[in-house]
Amino acid sequence: MELYSLSIHELKNILAGRKASAVEVTRSVLDRIDKVEDKINAFITVNRDNALKQAEEADLLLSENNGGPLCGIPVSLKDVLCTKGIRTTAGSSMLELFIPPYNATVVEKLQKAGAVIVGKVAMDEFAMGSTSENCAYGIPKNPWNQDYICGGSSGGSAASVAACECIASLGSDTGGSIRQPASHCGVVGMKPTYGRVSRFGLIAFASSLDQIGPFTRNVTDCAHMMNAICGYDNRDSTSVNRDTPDYLGKLTNGLKGMKVGIPKEYFGEGLDHEVEQTVLEGINALKKAGAETIEISLPHTGYAVAAYYIIAPAEASSNLARYDGVKYGFRDKDAKSLVEMYEKTRYKGFGAEVKRRIIIGTYALSSGYYDAYYKKASQVRTLIIKDFHNAFQKCDILASPVTPAPAWRIGEMSDDPLGMYLSDILTLSANLAGIPGISVPCGVSKAGLPIGIQLQASHFEEEKLLRAAYNLEQRINIPEIPEI
Amino acid sequence: MKITTEEVKNVAKLARLELAEEEVEPLTEQLDKILNYIEKLNEAETLGVEPTTHAISITNAFRGDEISKSLNQKAALANGPVQNGEFFEVPKVI
Repeated sequence: MELYSLSIHELKNILAGRKASAVEVTRSVLDRIDKVEDKINAFITVNRDNALKQAEEADLLLSENNGGPLCGIPVSLKDVLCTKGIRTTAGSSMLELFIPPYNATVVEKLQKAGAVIVGKVAMDEFAMGSTSENCAYGIPKNPWNQDYICGGSSGGSAASVAACECIASLGSDTGGSIRQPASHCGVVGMKPTYGRVSRFGLIAFASSLDQIGPFTRNVTDCAHMMNAICGYDNRDSTSVNRDTPDYLGKLTNGLKGMKVGIPKEYFGEGLDHEVEQTVLEGINALKKAGAETIEISLPHTGYAVAAYYIIAPAEASSNLARYDGVKYGFRDKDAKSLVEMYEKTRYKGFGAEVKRRIIIGTYALSSGYYDAYYKKASQVRTLIIKDFHNAFQKCDILASPVTPAPAWRIGEMSDDPLGMYLSDILTLSANLAGIPGISVPCGVSKAGLPIGIQLQASHFEEEKLLRAAYNLEQRINIPEIPEI
Repeated sequence: MKITTEEVKNVAKLARLELAEEEVEPLTEQLDKILNYIEKLNEAETLGVEPTTHAISITNAFRGDEISKSLNQKAALANGPVQNGEFFEVPKVI
């Protein structure tokens, strides 16, 4: 067995028993990157020399029995997380030369736990997209079939974990950007409760929706990563001051007494037959593990896309006002006046999807349209939250598909932004409501592409999600690593 | 049409975003499609419903008024596309 193909819990044993060194583990991962990256294109920046240095330090700590819980574990980071001294582009030409002067809180936490950062991975520009095709540094490919999208916006995270170019990764999820690529690439991806993980150092897209979370090749590893990244941070004013449980603690308990809600609106028209069958098998597996199922209605689900594609662009148009060519990032230096400099800098620095969303957001917030769009969408958001509140009176978790269909071919939807937005229908609501969700590999389509199942729970109930996901994983037998 | 090319140009101006002439028409068509879809919101009954701007209610995230370490001038200026070691430079404003 190659070191790069192992999980966090396996590597922890190997490293603690000194059967391999952290340098050997990191080398194995870097060699793997060299071998498959031509085909996968998951990385924007490989942190080669630094990673080996960090691995040497990890070995020193391990030899003193002093390593943190992720000591010597190679991870990749979505290029939207600030890394001190390592270029951070957010997938945009705007930030081609941006070298953050500080680390995101999650990066600090991973380093404190001993993780080795092997590189920064591809994403849709400023996390806007569902395929990672809007990346200014090339399109990452689905490791299971390189003609297909790996999903987005955290596509590089999902692809790098699936292709064993790292052991785990961190991404961000604003409308499904962790769960959807995890589903398409056959890995575990979790979006924690809003406020559970500090957003300090996460380049902002839509601040009331953004949340950082892990990608791993199995559920136990997801719990390891959650243990490392969760917790209160006074540098993020929306961080919630609340104890973080040990997510490994109850992971292996059974599901007796757990009520699983099946939201009927998530199984409606337009759902791919293979996806539906796969998810129903997953729900059966939960039953076999002791769970009961109950039909649930989330009646406002059909409004989620419309509400989201007002709220998220509105927040984005405000957040992205900071890219003005003054303090950091690209500047068009030929411009004569200040206003011309702003306009030309943003014209040249942003890609098409980012411009589209800035315009939608600015329009929705502009005088005369505010009530009809932003206020209305925010009211519908309240209704969507109430739907979940009512549902979780009757059940512990919800089980559903992650996406209406398996991954599609690269280029297939490039000219159809609305079609692309509609494909997010099953993941957006969790962000609008701030609840946690996880995508767990559940099956493989006839075309050989992975299909995930989505589990969602009430605020701060990640433990239930991980326990259900673990029990599911024990009963679903699908290949973990693609042939590349 | 829900949105015209003139409106798109005007909104782009508000957003300090130049658009190439050939971008305007396809963008208007896409935005028109999107806004037509968003009309769907009007089917939802929202009379008397409070808007939500944050899903988790946190109020008053105070911290102590204490001086802590922050970036020094050199680090703060380091990413400036045009800077003179003391200030960011921009084209003449007035």
